[in-house]
Amino acid sequence: MSYEELLRDTALADERFVVMTAENRALVRNMPATLKERFIDTGITEQTMIGAAAGLALRGRIPVVHALASFLTMRAFEFIRTDLGIPNLPVKLSSWIPGFLSDGNGPTHQAIEDISIMRGIPGMQVFAPADEQDLLGALPKIWSSPNPAYVRINIRKTDFKHNPVFEIGKAEVVATGTDVTLLVYGMLFEETLKTKTILEKEGLSVGLVNMRSLKPLDEKAILDAAKNSRLLVTIEDHFLTGGLYTMVAETFLRHHTTAHVLPIALHEKWFKPALLQEVLKFEGFTGEKIAHNIITELEKKTLTKA
Amino acid sequence: MKEEKRKQLEQTALKVREHIINLSTDGGCFTGASLSCADLLVYLYSDFLNVHKGNLTSPERDYLFLSKGHDVPALYGTFAELGLMDKDRLKNHLQTNDSVYWHPNRNVPGVEFHSGSLGHLPSVAMGVAFDCRMRKQNNKVIVVTGDGELNEGSVWEAVLVACAHKLNNLTFVIDRNQFQANVATEDLIPLEPLADKFEAFGCKVKRINGHDFLQLEEAFRALPLSADKPSVIIADTIRGKGLPSIEARADRWFCNFNKEEIKSLLKELHGAEQTNIESETLIVR
Repeated sequence: MSYEELLRDTALADERFVVMTAENRALVRNMPATLKERFIDTGITEQTMIGAAAGLALRGRIPVVHALASFLTMRAFEFIRTDLGIPNLPVKLSSWIPGFLSDGNGPTHQAIEDISIMRGIPGMQVFAPADEQDLLGALPKIWSSPNPAYVRINIRKTDFKHNPVFEIGKAEVVATGTDVTLLVYGMLFEETLKTKTILEKEGLSVGLVNMRSLKPLDEKAILDAAKNSRLLVTIEDHFLTGGLYTMVAETFLRHHTTAHVLPIALHEKWFKPALLQEVLKFEGFTGEKIAHNIITELEKKTLTKA
Repeated sequence: MKEEKRKQLEQTALKVREHIINLSTDGGCFTGASLSCADLLVYLYSDFLNVHKGNLTSPERDYLFLSKGHDVPALYGTFAELGLMDKDRLKNHLQTNDSVYWHPNRNVPGVEFHSGSLGHLPSVAMGVAFDCRMRKQNNKVIVVTGDGELNEGSVWEAVLVACAHKLNNLTFVIDRNQFQANVATEDLIPLEPLADKFEAFGCKVKRINGHDFLQLEEAFRALPLSADKPSVIIADTIRGKGLPSIEARADRWFCNFNKEEIKSLLKELHGAEQTNIESETLIVR
């Protein structure tokens, strides 16, 4: 099943669903013929699409809206905050090519502050699935939640078999480890699988947590990892500010604890535009490079359990 | 319209203007922008919209979206006079025990959507119009914007999209009072020829005197103006209408009068001489 097939089946089974796009049809090419009037393309008008989605939601609809991540979250930000956030309307934001997935487009298209600004809206839920299987497993619950929701769309195919039971507010704990735990979301999950294998060959005990529900956040998964491991690593295709590293810090403060945390994120910079694999290499986000950085970190310090 | 009906509307509008004046103290409100659209709102809720106390949540009702939200005293005054809202609730203005403040809030029954950030409700109203059409319902969907609000590109975006989708159940009403917050529209971002602009986007336009109930009736009764275009009604109005001492003045947008001035303005509304206003002349909110 693909994203489009799931959306089609959902919309055909439930007439509350309306599919909208700001002329970003990558995910919904066949929808006009299938959904007819319940497919609305507003043209390249992200803010107007969000306003109209709010109006449709006032009438009991559940609009699933599609646009490029950076324009959806930033150009239309005030409409999302004001027209969806204030009245808490169940409009579902499907954000195309978030993070590194914008590969060669350049900084205009790099949504690497999307998690930060979306999670700042009261009531807005935020999700970043690891791959297509993870995404499709999560969407039915995200779409049936009464809240507005932001989803980093990720339709990359992997061989990994996810825990099929998705719960809003729950991370997927893939493995627990006593030396290091990798906290990751979105497409970098693939790279961290490689990191885990490399570190285990070095004799390390490695935990891996798929933080697919970023808001509500699975604080317990973070606190458990901090308790069990000498080192936590947050890995995200996002600015260092406001993303997972920040969420981990906030969690520690709320629970009067701390830990050794290595953040792997974009520090005050946009990334070099190129095809995805080249971006990962250039910016140091390959599984191998992440493993190398972790080994250096472990050697640099005598890390005891926090 | 019968003369009797017209006189009744004028009486209601006078009462609404009294409410607006009474709200223009103890913190104040956007008096000028409220007075300009009082006749429009009184007409629409008295004579045109299928909106009454019994159908405020019915999907069959008509919708009025107040996009220039700072004129909410005119809306609440109208609600109070037409029995949609308890008059005593106006005493809660700016009190934390209620939701009656400088912009509309949906906690007041009859308010379809909150506003305050300009340029939002054209698209929200368009979403409602889409749904009414999908369900083959004949609800009228009206969105009232200010003229200064037309500076916002999102208004024109919504007009463009509504025309593309041939939403003829959607009507944009412009309260053309010639002023934005601090200056005349034509001195800052000129809008004329305004009807031509909307026509060029693909709307059908009617321009009227927004203080003349006969013209209001004629224009709104003619809706939809087209079988395949959104309608636009440009209502030429006067900012501060009803109070010659503040009419059409750039410095009387937000007003916070003292108690003596309020007394005098209420008399002025009923034909007494102009009030000598000494309270702060320009407060920009």
